[in-house]
Amino acid sequence: MSLFEHNNNKYNIVGKDIKRVDALEKVTGTALYAADLYKGNMLYGGNVRIKEYPAKITKIDTKEAEAIPGVVKIITCFDKNAKKHSWADYCYLTDEVKFCGDVVAIVAAESKKAVDKAIKSIKVEYELQEGVYTIEDALKEDAPIVREKGVGLIDGIPNKEKKGNIFLDSYYPIRKGNVEEGFKKCDVIIEREFNVPFIDQAYIETEACLVYNDPKDGSITGEASAQNPFFTRRYLAEASGHNMSESRFIQRTLGGTFGGKEEGVGVQIGRAAILHKATGRPVKMVNTREESLMDSSKRHAFNFKYKIGATKDGDILAAEGTLVDNCGAYNNQTQFMNWRASVHSVGVYEIPNVKTDTYGVFTNNVHGGAMRGYSSPQVIFAQEQLMNELAKELGMDSVELRRKNIIRQNTRTATNQLITEEVILEEMMDELLKRTDYYSKKKEFEDFNKKDNNIKKGISLVTVYRGAGLGAEGVDANGAFIQATEDGSVIINTGLAENGQGLQTAYAQIAAEMLGVTMDKIHFHSVDTHAIADSGMTVASRGTTMGAQSMKLAAEKLALIFKEHVAEKFGTTVDRISCKDNYYFDIEDNFPANYSSDKRIAFKDVCNERLWAGQQLAVYEWFRPALNEYDHHIGQGKAFPTYTYNVCIAEVEVDVETGDIKVTKVTSGLDCGRVINPNMVKGQMLGGIVMGLGYAITEEIELKKGRILNDNFDSYILPTSMDMPEMDVVLFESETKEGTLGAKSVGEPATEAVAAAIAGSVGHALNKNVDHLPCSLESILKYMD
Amino acid sequence: MKLQLNMTVNDEAVNIEVEQDARLLDVLRDDLGLTGTKEGCGVGECGACTVIIDGKTANSCIVLAASMDGCDIKTIEYLSKDGKLNPMQQSFIDNSALQCGFCTPGFVLSGISLLDRNPNPTTEEIKEGISGNICRCTGYEQIIKAVEDVRDKKYVKDGACNE
Repeated sequence: MSLFEHNNNKYNIVGKDIKRVDALEKVTGTALYAADLYKGNMLYGGNVRIKEYPAKITKIDTKEAEAIPGVVKIITCFDKNAKKHSWADYCYLTDEVKFCGDVVAIVAAESKKAVDKAIKSIKVEYELQEGVYTIEDALKEDAPIVREKGVGLIDGIPNKEKKGNIFLDSYYPIRKGNVEEGFKKCDVIIEREFNVPFIDQAYIETEACLVYNDPKDGSITGEASAQNPFFTRRYLAEASGHNMSESRFIQRTLGGTFGGKEEGVGVQIGRAAILHKATGRPVKMVNTREESLMDSSKRHAFNFKYKIGATKDGDILAAEGTLVDNCGAYNNQTQFMNWRASVHSVGVYEIPNVKTDTYGVFTNNVHGGAMRGYSSPQVIFAQEQLMNELAKELGMDSVELRRKNIIRQNTRTATNQLITEEVILEEMMDELLKRTDYYSKKKEFEDFNKKDNNIKKGISLVTVYRGAGLGAEGVDANGAFIQATEDGSVIINTGLAENGQGLQTAYAQIAAEMLGVTMDKIHFHSVDTHAIADSGMTVASRGTTMGAQSMKLAAEKLALIFKEHVAEKFGTTVDRISCKDNYYFDIEDNFPANYSSDKRIAFKDVCNERLWAGQQLAVYEWFRPALNEYDHHIGQGKAFPTYTYNVCIAEVEVDVETGDIKVTKVTSGLDCGRVINPNMVKGQMLGGIVMGLGYAITEEIELKKGRILNDNFDSYILPTSMDMPEMDVVLFESETKEGTLGAKSVGEPATEAVAAAIAGSVGHALNKNVDHLPCSLESILKYMD
Repeated sequence: MKLQLNMTVNDEAVNIEVEQDARLLDVLRDDLGLTGTKEGCGVGECGACTVIIDGKTANSCIVLAASMDGCDIKTIEYLSKDGKLNPMQQSFIDNSALQCGFCTPGFVLSGISLLDRNPNPTTEEIKEGISGNICRCTGYEQIIKAVEDVRDKKYVKDGACNE
């Protein structure tokens, strides 16, 4: 790993390799995940599903199941007062099964075994209906209608005047310049189509929750493996019929999520709440891996149709595209995610004329949702293969084509946003070209490939950018609470959640830095909705860049109050007071070189004095960024306050006899703005590379009429340690006024370009356009036919 | 049908009645409260449920509890029983070899078991040795480095390190 620091790091704790604050409980196995919770008198819950979809349920016979010893309660979709629809576009129970995850009855029993027995004994009768499963079929004129609200196309544009399968709220156009005029000036115009499948987040912890009643807290308490505590509380309150003030949600250690533990965990806790209400007993629900794969959202499948044109010198003048994603049966995320897809629909390139249309279609598949990138891995895959194809057509080096067209400072994006900040993308490209020895390797590989050999080698570079945080998709606001205690230790608390990405550690570093205390003094209290206000969701890689802003403000304010306290004691002004390693001192005293005990005061002593003097020891702060001016009707305006830039180079060896691909090396460079913790950023990037490798080569949800065929890890193949390539990660810093202490996003940028780079290098090895993912054995052999 | 089972878990004698089809994983978690052993897939593919049975790693989700009569079982809880961390645990912390932490107990045990069998593995042998455990967060590199660091301090049996 290399780190290119932008300027001298003036911090003591920020920017350092601080060890994770949650590491100890994780290596000892004492961290409590939701499935590790047990309560006296607890029942286990389970779900009844059918195996064909769509279907109208006609009858559910529970008689046999009810007689099983240990079965306490069965609630079906036909029960009179059964709560069926959730506040979102999703059902707790339904008699109109639209996809494999839909639940027709729920069961509570004394043991897991009794639950399983009951599920098998419940007889469900249904009428099978005609379904729609692919994007292509969903767009056919005579396609069965999956959802009442679906609309059709008029002149290629989604229009509510016509029935169809398009989800209107997920439609986002981009209209910049005039593409017809632009194409007229082009010497070369190409058109290409790309497809990517659904894939799963495949966190190792499946979804789990426990719902019980603790009268002290109100009417209902839930604990779960949820990505977003406040979002999950909505389901808990709604399903149980209680006010939010009486519905308490406690965040448990989360065993991975990557966007997946949002609505799926919401409906799960809703179902557990319904069973809890019906039985008056604690109810625990834990998904099996098969259930997790059926029920949880997937990275959307996409179909891309692109047209792009350039002058013979490689100036791209116009780009046009239709980006259609498969929403599945419910629209939990597509209406938000497609906005991001549209903003980034023509990549990190300055193109004067752009016309793209992005929309989702309903099908009878598992629903598309969030997965690390939120459309970017799909869009970048297609967009970057398109760039490689354009370079080929122009007879130009594909890196030089990118260099010629990338966004720079004072250029405009596809949404016509003027980039005023420093952009270091070209320097990043040059550094990565140098450290991979790209051009020598490229020539070496091409010479090698001319030989009669089963192995073909390839190398490919991609350039991308990513809007940091929510941007104009929502308001990136957040709150944080910090309280010092009389012994000098500090509790910090925010509405955003640790997902495993290291949020607690980053926030603790920021708080410790602002206060001048050591890391061991800071304790991060994970989210309890009764203890802190809603700060929105922990999504969009916003945790540190935007979410920590309020933590910084709160810690800064507390630091100032304490410094004023010390200044008064020292009889000096506040600007002369500093705190380091838990001691306040006068900066003129050149602490700690020549301090004496009367010239310093311990942080804990200040805390103690203030407690007994009845002075403030805690601060709550709220951060709300400036709103972005954005016109969603034409997709023009300021989309994001700042962007993260990424360059990725992949190298592969393809066996054209067997179709086997070995990814030999991935080099990834990321513009982090400011690096808060190098080792943890490195961890994000290494993990992102291997996750991207899975997307490129092995991962695909195999569907047959909406049924998931590969429903466990013996058939849904994830990369293991044997598949990992040599990895080189490079962290760059750059100047930005946005983002906490100048930090940009990391989590999603770490993975979004990888599959595109691998596909590009496979394309280079085979001299083909890789037009779909994954690059499976079969698909490689097909390219060779 | 229930069966009487005698086994040793983390050096303590356990005498317990189990269902004849109960999985070892469920007995450890639900009956003995040893929740450091996790369930990820239930089919022996992900390694989150790794335990050490008579000195060898096993996926406890596909082991029948009833077959454990007379066996010696060690779980993640064994390693820091005396309040001190095993060098492998410390090395995972030092190398940022964990993120969400759900797979971590399994990896720590696989790493220890590998070094027990082969105290001086090459990097390739380490990759192979941990390939039965899946991690979705880290990309494995820092995990491999954690095992290498323990190896390089001349790891010996029972978790002690010779500097």
